[in-house]
Amino acid sequence: MSEELKCIHCGNSCGKSPVLFDGNPFCCSGCSTVYQILNTNQLKQYYQIEQMPGVRIEDEKQPVDETYAFLDLENFKSKILNFSEGGISKVSFFIPEIHCASCIWLLENLHSLNKGIIQSFVNFPKKEINITFNESEITLRQLVALLVSIHYIPEINQHSIEKRSTDQSDKKLFIKIGIAAFSFMNAMIYHFPQYLPGHEFLETDIKRMFGWLSVLLAVPVLTYSANDYFLTAYKSIKKGIISIDLPIALGLITLFTQSLIEIISERGIGYIDSLTGLVFFMLIGRWYQGKTYQALSFERDYKTYFPLAVTRMTETSTVTIPLEELKAGDRILVRNQEIIPADSILKSGTASIDYSFVTGESMPVAKKEGDFVFAGGRQMGSAIELSIEKEVQQSYLTQLWNQTENPSKADYKLNTIVNRVSQYFTVVVVLIAVGSGIYWSLNQPELALFSFTSVLIIACPCALALTVPFTFGSTMRQFGRKGFYLKNTAVIEHLDKVDTVVFDKTGTLTNAQSSEIRFVGKKLNSVQLQRIKSLVFHSSHPLSKTIYNSIEGDELFEVKDFQEIPALGITGLIHGLRINLGSRYFVSGEKKEDESLTTEVWVYLEDSVAGYFQLENEYRSGLHEVIRKLDKTYELHLLTGDNDAEKANLIHYFGTGKNLHFDQSPTDKLNYIRKLQKEGRKVLMIGDGLNDAGALNESYVGIVIADNVFNFSPACDAILQAKQFASLDKFIHFTRKSIKIVNTGFLISFLYNLVGLTFAVQGNLTPIVAAILMPISSVSVVVFASFSVSLSAKFSRF
Amino acid sequence: MSVVFILVFVAIIMASAFLIAFIWAVRNGQYEDTYTPSVRILFDDLLVKKEENENEGKSPTPNPSPKGKGVS
Repeated sequence: MSEELKCIHCGNSCGKSPVLFDGNPFCCSGCSTVYQILNTNQLKQYYQIEQMPGVRIEDEKQPVDETYAFLDLENFKSKILNFSEGGISKVSFFIPEIHCASCIWLLENLHSLNKGIIQSFVNFPKKEINITFNESEITLRQLVALLVSIHYIPEINQHSIEKRSTDQSDKKLFIKIGIAAFSFMNAMIYHFPQYLPGHEFLETDIKRMFGWLSVLLAVPVLTYSANDYFLTAYKSIKKGIISIDLPIALGLITLFTQSLIEIISERGIGYIDSLTGLVFFMLIGRWYQGKTYQALSFERDYKTYFPLAVTRMTETSTVTIPLEELKAGDRILVRNQEIIPADSILKSGTASIDYSFVTGESMPVAKKEGDFVFAGGRQMGSAIELSIEKEVQQSYLTQLWNQTENPSKADYKLNTIVNRVSQYFTVVVVLIAVGSGIYWSLNQPELALFSFTSVLIIACPCALALTVPFTFGSTMRQFGRKGFYLKNTAVIEHLDKVDTVVFDKTGTLTNAQSSEIRFVGKKLNSVQLQRIKSLVFHSSHPLSKTIYNSIEGDELFEVKDFQEIPALGITGLIHGLRINLGSRYFVSGEKKEDESLTTEVWVYLEDSVAGYFQLENEYRSGLHEVIRKLDKTYELHLLTGDNDAEKANLIHYFGTGKNLHFDQSPTDKLNYIRKLQKEGRKVLMIGDGLNDAGALNESYVGIVIADNVFNFSPACDAILQAKQFASLDKFIHFTRKSIKIVNTGFLISFLYNLVGLTFAVQGNLTPIVAAILMPISSVSVVVFASFSVSLSAKFSRF
Repeated sequence: MSVVFILVFVAIIMASAFLIAFIWAVRNGQYEDTYTPSVRILFDDLLVKKEENENEGKSPTPNPSPKGKGVS
């Protein structure tokens, strides 16, 4: 091989026969088509902003136009459009392919492609595009088709319909922080003169004004910015639980009333600066912890995976109906790249169904007429006709989804470390407060109330409440930077408690994208290999492509009488000799359908069966290391839907065959996890496809391995980028360090509390002590937490 | 010392103006996407140049400030 040509559209290797257009090489005609569209519309700059920015979608993988026919229907259109009036409509789409500056540029210049598009905005972090268009010039369906034609395929599903009116909470939090910051800064200015020596000479009028202004500032902070703390504190009391919010709410109320009393009686300035500062810091912590990955979704169910509409066939014509109206017995048409919505029987056409989202197996499965087809697969190739056996809700996969309502995940919030600590904390603080109150009422009654309130004020667990958000928030960011995305920070705590790890095999331990290919049978010489290569060159079947790429050499012979027999194989004449490639039955005539787990392509050449190509999924690199390291601390299990043909190989990795389970149906997997958890184990399930969805949901922590994290993945707690698989053990071990950092943070804040309490119980807590001690404790805890996390992340090198 | 009263009054008005501006910015959705505008600002120049060169009657660059409501 001389020089490797790269497609100027997508950057993939062009292979041996690049598609040439305009003097530029392309890997496939799909890429060159996009180039042509952009070229004729003067949008070639797309290729200048970033090198090879395009997305590769081969022609045969591109959804056909009719797939989007449902967008012409009024009831779908109104749901999908954000706004429509007087022919002007707004719509927003989630496009997972948005990945670079060129994408933004092109998508925001859509108006050059079609005059009907008035303007378009990309929200890059969300991978979303908002388009305003004129419906008299371009329909919604044409708009989607336009996006598809330039390989930006929008995701249109149940999720995109229901996703309205989210993200309001983020805005609210920002406003709350803004108000708290405003009050904090101003209150500090009013308090500051009175901390200086000589403040007793300040005019009473000014003191009074400063006092009342402070109170005025505190009101919105207390009633608006901090309202969540009071609300959750109240809720948890009602449930009989002491949460961290209770001492916070208690502290805030005491701070405010104490300040109010001091200001009214003109004895002092009060603690308004501490109060507003506290709220400000805690809200910052909440914001830091609440970072979510906007473009990732951890909550997807089958509804977001299945299409919105299906094409039902009647005697004479076809109609598009919403998925919910699909009934058993209906005949439907499923086109190229469409998903089979319900368990059904193949009536006509040749099905080649890609179940990679379901099982993790990348090779499509061929089905013949009369075969039973499970829902969830994606048809590849020409359109097929199906007769629905079960309704969507009753199908095997969806049922699996519906039967797992995991109760153990409901009490997520209540079990966090901080709430366990705060239970004792609150009790101890109240005891100390009451104790010092009683002590002073016996000795010096005028100090009694003051020392009581002082204890409540200074013990407000601000630093405590900040430790967890900042430690876990930084951990989550560190993980995210390396391709391990957590749903929320609670997952870190859960990962730490895990004691059992269960793996899925296909797609999880094996690499779904690349497969190992080898030839079993007679030794083939180079001419024979070239003949095979020449034959598969004419077929677009994915297996043919894999074989084509595996054979070296450039010489292609002429193929005569080429035929592709769907679901069976291909045949042709080269040098007057017949070559057949395909299923065992097609090539050798043996009817025996041995359910071999490996994919085999049999070869007939020179009047005899020469052998077969065997495709095996490759194990992920680094698997051995990961297993070896995890094996030291965790009990490892493996559940796979495949048969035990790979057992020997797996024993090599796992050391023993004891916990390896084969032929597991999705329900078996679910029940296995359930059984383990009944035994009191905390199970980490690592899977990938829809068939693991039940197990992932049932397990204590579920991690999904994904090659493209923005593609569909079942509901889970975390998504791990496939190429980071080798670091899996490091990620899990790092959660231990995070917990240690949290504990140290707690220790620091306890020390501060100890110092503060010694002031408080003596009745010496002046506003200035509070004003210094409280921010310092908060800031130092925040600094400690974020620094130690990034430092230990550097040492962990994941 | 009565000048302090005026100063405090002016200061609080000014600070409130900034607070209101901040709240407006948040409501307006300016914090929803903090990345794309940084890329977008670089494009506009390029695009204008292109249009000048080719002198085409294409519609001008879309105005990059999102319209308050409707979006999100």
